[in-house]
Amino acid sequence: MTTADVTREVTPIPAGPLDLLRHSWVLAKRSLVKTWRTPEGLIDVTLAPIMFTLLFTFIFGGAIAGSTSEYLVFLIPGLIGQNIAFSSVGIGIQLNSDMEKGIFDRFRSLPISRISPLLGAALGDIVRYVLLIGIMVGTGSVLGYRITTDPLSFLAGCLLAILFALSLAWAPMLVGLVARSERAVQGIVFMTLFPLTFASNAFVDPSTMPSWLEAFSNANPLSHLIESLRALWSGTGEWQGPVTSTLVWCAILVAIFAPLAIRAYNRKT
Amino acid sequence: MAIELAVEARGLVKNFKETKALRGIDLAVPRGSILGVLGPNGAGKTTAVRILATLLRPDGGAATVGGFDVERHPAEVRKRIGLTGQYASVDEELTGRENLLMIAALLNLRSADAKVRARELLEWFDLGDAADRTLKTYSGGMRRRLDLAASLTGHPEVVFLDEPTTGLDPAKREDMWDVVRGIVANGTSVLLTTQYLEEADALADDIVVINHGEVIAHDTADRLKRVVGSQTLRVRPADPAQAPLVHEILARVATDGAPIDEHRPGEYSVPVPGDAVLTDVVASLRAQGVDVTELSLQLPSLDEVFFTLTGERQRQPATDGEAA
Repeated sequence: MTTADVTREVTPIPAGPLDLLRHSWVLAKRSLVKTWRTPEGLIDVTLAPIMFTLLFTFIFGGAIAGSTSEYLVFLIPGLIGQNIAFSSVGIGIQLNSDMEKGIFDRFRSLPISRISPLLGAALGDIVRYVLLIGIMVGTGSVLGYRITTDPLSFLAGCLLAILFALSLAWAPMLVGLVARSERAVQGIVFMTLFPLTFASNAFVDPSTMPSWLEAFSNANPLSHLIESLRALWSGTGEWQGPVTSTLVWCAILVAIFAPLAIRAYNRKT
Repeated sequence: MAIELAVEARGLVKNFKETKALRGIDLAVPRGSILGVLGPNGAGKTTAVRILATLLRPDGGAATVGGFDVERHPAEVRKRIGLTGQYASVDEELTGRENLLMIAALLNLRSADAKVRARELLEWFDLGDAADRTLKTYSGGMRRRLDLAASLTGHPEVVFLDEPTTGLDPAKREDMWDVVRGIVANGTSVLLTTQYLEEADALADDIVVINHGEVIAHDTADRLKRVVGSQTLRVRPADPAQAPLVHEILARVATDGAPIDEHRPGEYSVPVPGDAVLTDVVASLRAQGVDVTELSLQLPSLDEVFFTLTGERQRQPATDGEAA
């Protein structure tokens, strides 16, 4: 431990506009490595979706749609919407623990953009959403679910779902940065997510709800995503309208929560 | 810019709601030197470090690090500093090497340079064997060392060490001290906060004592000790019944007839002018047939420093310069 520090001539990569992307990627890799090391952290996007698919199909299928196979067309996009929302709590918990353990202090003291740690965490989560969609559609297909449109529409649906997930993630990120414990993050996020996911078109047709709830369901951003996925994957209707409103919602979510989350991260206390 | 000051703070003020964390403190770290900031918990040490490391904005006053204003040019400051906080800010789930490679990549080191730098640091900090294990398997001391290594990844001009040895056992503390000396030998400037006078004395060129967010003394360790009384002799007789004999012996060697303290039951301490008295005391103890379970000569504890400087006793128990 007494060896002197060796000073070599090194020329660092010059700072430039690509720094934000490079630094975010470095930090995304950090979350990927962590995900890889603790695969049990993926239960919410692997086993949980399988369980939900089986439960909902066999419990509600007959009652709601008359048959399980018909219900699947309705249910799989609904479950994807619900599980994207549920699994977004993970990023909030992650940021909260980074904050708690002081590693954010290190990032803040480095000459990197203050958005990089947040962007990195979000990018690292893409793999979770890909897994989630794959497992949902896979489980569905075992039960008889089929994509009846074309591969391009399927891909478009996947991309839309991931984009939505990344936009929505800023809300739990904000919670993760302001809440004082992981438990609080979980509590706050789930308390918001339950009404958001159930008061939507995920499991039942909103026209069967009381009118005030139907109005909420129809405005619910998740409903727009779910409707887009049904249209893109099963041709249940026009896709242009719901896809557009989903994209608008993505923009709104980012416009509201991203600045707040960045401010919370920068908050100098 | 003042000549060769790596860190300069003037009149830093910071309030957290009702709490006045800093009430206008001045700090100066000449280039290539170590400034020890000594103070008890809650004195404002960490707040000062966080302001200088651009993590916090001051409510008043100004500070420059490496010649750049912390408020106006935080990005320039961040290029020049390394920060090691009170809690090791490294990633538990990554290996030692991955942690360093990540920091190196964030500092824009090319991948080949980053690998060399990581290896260099891991060897320097005796972490070569543990390099590819996740931090969950590291001891507290290893984590601290990795944390410090992470702070040094980019060859910073200024390193902030916020209580780098709190919670380490005495042997590990001395290892850490060697490392800190090594950093300065390479021309880096260090601002170190500590609760231990012993640590400040061992490392710092200059010591600033702060209490309740104010600087209450600024001096070299030697002069500070002269003010406080140089050393403390501690004796614990094996047989409590011999306490009167110990009292008598200690009273003879005490500085200016200072009273004998019983900080802990059965343990007597008294300020003494220097280490020359030790042989005297040992001889007297033997002559009187007093067996002791503890006999030590120590720097005054932080508690005693504060008592001398402020006349007020700290609420916390005496730390005696030993690891908490």
